Amino acid sequence: MSEGRKLPGFCIADMPRRQNYSLPYSLVTPKSVYLSRRKLLGSLLALPGAAAAAQKLENIRKTGYGRGETLTPYEAVTTYNNFYEFGASKDDPARNARNFRTRPWTVRVEGEALKPRTFDIDEILKLAPLEERIYRFRCVEGWSMVIPWIGFPLAELLKQVEPKSSAQFVAFETFFDPKQMPLSAWSGIPFPYVEGLRMDEAMHPLTILSLGLYGEVLPNQNGAPLRLVVPWKYGFKSIKSIVRIRLVKNQPPTTWNLANPREYGFYSNVNPDVDHPRWSQKKERRIGEFFKRDTLLFNGYGNEVASLYAGMDLRKNH
Amino acid sequence: MRRLLAARPAKPALFLLCLAPALWLAAGAWRGALGVNPIERITLETGQWTLRLLAATLAVTPLRRLAGWPELIRFRRMLGLFSFFYACLHALTYVWLDQFFDWSEIARDIVKRPFITAGALSFAAMTPLAATSTRGWIARLGGRRWQRLHRLVYVAAAAGVLHFWWKVKSDIREPALYALVFAVLLLARLFIRRTAAHPHTAAPV
Repeated sequence: MSEGRKLPGFCIADMPRRQNYSLPYSLVTPKSVYLSRRKLLGSLLALPGAAAAAQKLENIRKTGYGRGETLTPYEAVTTYNNFYEFGASKDDPARNARNFRTRPWTVRVEGEALKPRTFDIDEILKLAPLEERIYRFRCVEGWSMVIPWIGFPLAELLKQVEPKSSAQFVAFETFFDPKQMPLSAWSGIPFPYVEGLRMDEAMHPLTILSLGLYGEVLPNQNGAPLRLVVPWKYGFKSIKSIVRIRLVKNQPPTTWNLANPREYGFYSNVNPDVDHPRWSQKKERRIGEFFKRDTLLFNGYGNEVASLYAGMDLRKNH
Repeated sequence: MRRLLAARPAKPALFLLCLAPALWLAAGAWRGALGVNPIERITLETGQWTLRLLAATLAVTPLRRLAGWPELIRFRRMLGLFSFFYACLHALTYVWLDQFFDWSEIARDIVKRPFITAGALSFAAMTPLAATSTRGWIARLGGRRWQRLHRLVYVAAAAGVLHFWWKVKSDIREPALYALVFAVLLLARLFIRRTAAHPHTAAPV
């Protein structure tokens, strides 16, 4: 397995392994270190207006996910974003989403369900115990990060509405308001942004609804107040600022696939052997690192999710 | 204006001006101030300056004629060579910082990926122009042949814009702007050529 690749400082292959993410917690960058790093970087970057303290999330349960990974600094996670509603450049969302209104906020969960209903965001925050999940995040553009998300399995929310057996797929929709998102007109993709998962992908324990990162509520540019995180798929599948979730019978349309079907498939599982038509997916640049790393099949979560695609042609169903 | 263009310090001043973006990038890289993904930033900016300086090079002739500043010709070679300089930095960034000299992967990229094919073509078209930019080469080739060879600059410009256009994911405004600038410059040249060929039709008598 390629996880045995020698890296400066440590070697994943040397670690005791139960699952491919189970590594001694001592290898995770200690919180005090990343916090002091943040303080230092923060004082260097000090953007006017960015100083407003983010709201802390309480009672977060630590999990074993992502042990051994070095966290991508908070500043990078929150200033290098793709959120086309707020502009197509990476630094646009941090600038333009500053006044995005995320309260009041409701999420409609409907479709093939026995008890479809609307949830208030504050209710969702209390729906299930909050967990910290440190996940690798691989963008289709060829860069990656390691992000300490806060959230809980999407399954917890879906169970609330009691999906019918006819629910084969889940369709997600991002909030859209051209008044709050004037730059969306130039992005070149249709809105509202929509995404979708197969039901088994949506119910998978790795799939989470994220409500925060680095112990705080989600910054607006990262998809506040709640977003999806599917760590074995390219980042654009992890839809932001969700307002509607529909359980449906058929495979729903997805935004990047609508914009360019040849380049962005419905599944979009991270796969080093299936190139994007315009660039190779064999390697990735982990933000903050000089050399590129090998990209891992299913972003390294193969042990957990490969069985979902048993017998499927991953090239055809890219 | 014409006196300013003819002045002795004008050339070294332009030299420093053209060098400034490279120095700025180098300083930014040194201070770690190129943002979250510095290599992406360097790639983008060296590519942009290649196109900008190529546009400046192609603007010399129309401006000489239409604005009546014949002195501009003094700067054309320098502008063209600086465009090539940024193209070299851009290509070096790709070969070194992006591919780490993995030549088989680079060859595959050039063959398989249209946007890289276009970029490589643009670079290949610029190379002989830079190599034959000296007086000696003009004499060796003869003015007419030299001029014909240097029409490759249009190939470099078109392929360069296409390279940028095909690279962009969905917001095509910036490459479209470069395409527009090059189109205007080309039309200006056609206009000049026509008025030069038929001076009586264009000049009011």
